[in-house]
Amino acid sequence: MSGVAVAMADTVVLAKRSLLRIPRAPDLVLAFTVQPIMFVLLFVYVFGGAIQTPGYDYVDFLMPGIIVQTVGFGGFVTAMGLAEDLKRGLIDRFRSLPMSRSALLTGRTLADVVTNTFSVLVMVVVGLLVGFRFTTGVAEVAAGLGLVLAFGYAFSWVFAFVGLTSSSPESAQSLGFIAIFPLTFVSSAFVPVDSMPSWLQGVAEVNPITITVDAVRGLFIGTPYGTDAWLSLLWSLGLALVFARLSVARYRRSVTR
Amino acid sequence: MAGHTYGDNLSTVNPELAIEATELRKTYGDVVALAGIDLAVPAGTVLGLLGPNGAGKTTAVRILTTLLPPDGGRARVAGLDVVADAGALRSRIGLAGQYAAVDENLTGFENLEMVGRLYRLGRGPARLRAEELLDRFDLTEAAKRLVRTYSGGMRRRLDLAAALVADPPVLFLDEPTTGLDPRSRRDLWETIEARVAEGTTVLLTTQYLEEADRLADEIAVIDHGRVIARGSADELKDRVGGERLEVVLDDGGGMDQAIAALAPMGDETPVAQDRTVRLALRRRSGAIAEAVRRLDEVGVGIDDVALRRPTLDDVFLALTGRAADDATSPDDTRQAEGIGAP
Repeated sequence: MSGVAVAMADTVVLAKRSLLRIPRAPDLVLAFTVQPIMFVLLFVYVFGGAIQTPGYDYVDFLMPGIIVQTVGFGGFVTAMGLAEDLKRGLIDRFRSLPMSRSALLTGRTLADVVTNTFSVLVMVVVGLLVGFRFTTGVAEVAAGLGLVLAFGYAFSWVFAFVGLTSSSPESAQSLGFIAIFPLTFVSSAFVPVDSMPSWLQGVAEVNPITITVDAVRGLFIGTPYGTDAWLSLLWSLGLALVFARLSVARYRRSVTR
Repeated sequence: MAGHTYGDNLSTVNPELAIEATELRKTYGDVVALAGIDLAVPAGTVLGLLGPNGAGKTTAVRILTTLLPPDGGRARVAGLDVVADAGALRSRIGLAGQYAAVDENLTGFENLEMVGRLYRLGRGPARLRAEELLDRFDLTEAAKRLVRTYSGGMRRRLDLAAALVADPPVLFLDEPTTGLDPRSRRDLWETIEARVAEGTTVLLTTQYLEEADRLADEIAVIDHGRVIARGSADELKDRVGGERLEVVLDDGGGMDQAIAALAPMGDETPVAQDRTVRLALRRRSGAIAEAVRRLDEVGVGIDDVALRRPTLDDVFLALTGRAADDATSPDDTRQAEGIGAP
């Protein structure tokens, strides 16, 4: 087999491994189903009345934001999983096998794409139930979903690096949370950016989450989004490339702690 | 990677030495983990790397299994250089770690199937091999259970099975029985012995002198990153002198008289511990009768008298001036964590 074929075959084997564990861990099942549902309901019914989104129902404004936030966090399974592999000696085992040197990471991040897809579907269904409506065409909606998944994939690589550099599964999870939580809030995900103090607006406007949310919002409900879709794709590509390189380099030097 | 098929794994390039290391060195910051060690393991034999935590055993295994590059020196395993031929070497070795490196959230079968696929076995052969190994390691009944429900002994067996998936000619076992109960330990020993009987070369690290004594053809005692002694268990024992006399005194006391009375029988002063007096004998024959007579003359009562061959504990004590089990160095508490995983 050629190097690429080997890498792909190994990636699939390891993605399957990551996915197999999910139905066996009730907390993970909750993380992928109940948590997104809970977020949708809480935001729509608790904040929905208080946040002004001129021209749009809050639920229409919110759904693209909450979907992007959820996939942004989706990679935490990769961070936790890799930190666990390091702790339990599995990294030593994998690195001593004649497998592709990136497959553990590509496998885990690919598994995240599957779980992210699942979470997005759950949220769309719940969104539709509480009044969300797509107002654009099928092509736009599909493009929006593609952007969302690409964005989630990029963040999985960020999480992969976090997982390989943190000292325990617990710290991997909280480190990822600390890094991404403020990012999602200082963005257009939940509130219009122009409602923030002006110094914060500057931060929010360059935040890749704002760019992605604006693009996805445009593709779902027809708000203007200019070049945001391309910018978002560039961000995803850039983050994925940078963090994949960092993570693979790190993985090759990792030994069980 | 393309040229290595499963069948290749059964033969080594150089049948004489399966593991060969020259002047291996590794430092972590200021800590010298390996200060230049040489190893030579003939194919089909077992080398025991014996030493306390932090002696450099795990570092040596990691270098030989391609997980760490050495800072200096060279090593060949199964005829392949551990740095230059690392990729090809990985399909010829099996590693069972200090921790049971199996996935808790998979079943035993799924673990072995996964490892098989990563060794480039096809789906069918990987499954077949998994079943075969589960059967051999007495895990067939637990095959469909998640590993997190396994006992410590079952995990170690599965870990060892995973290391054997590709039938590697060289096997590295890093403290394979640490944390196991005596029965599981003996079971694992038997399994390892069976592999060796089939021609596998094994490098085994251990803190247990009994384990090295039982399994290893040759033992290298490592301390502070250096090999401080090597030889067969018997040769090492001979180095610390002949047989030991152990006398257990009765409740009447008289330890000081006993030590004085027995001293002429050996070259060194007898050592007292609780009610036991120990002594390295100068001459074996007639020793028990002589000891009884000498103690009788000074009026010291005896519960028990025995002769025993020196153990590797005695060897370690003689070589390093400290007992093997109080030798834990502070920089190694890290490694010790997680051994007693639930």
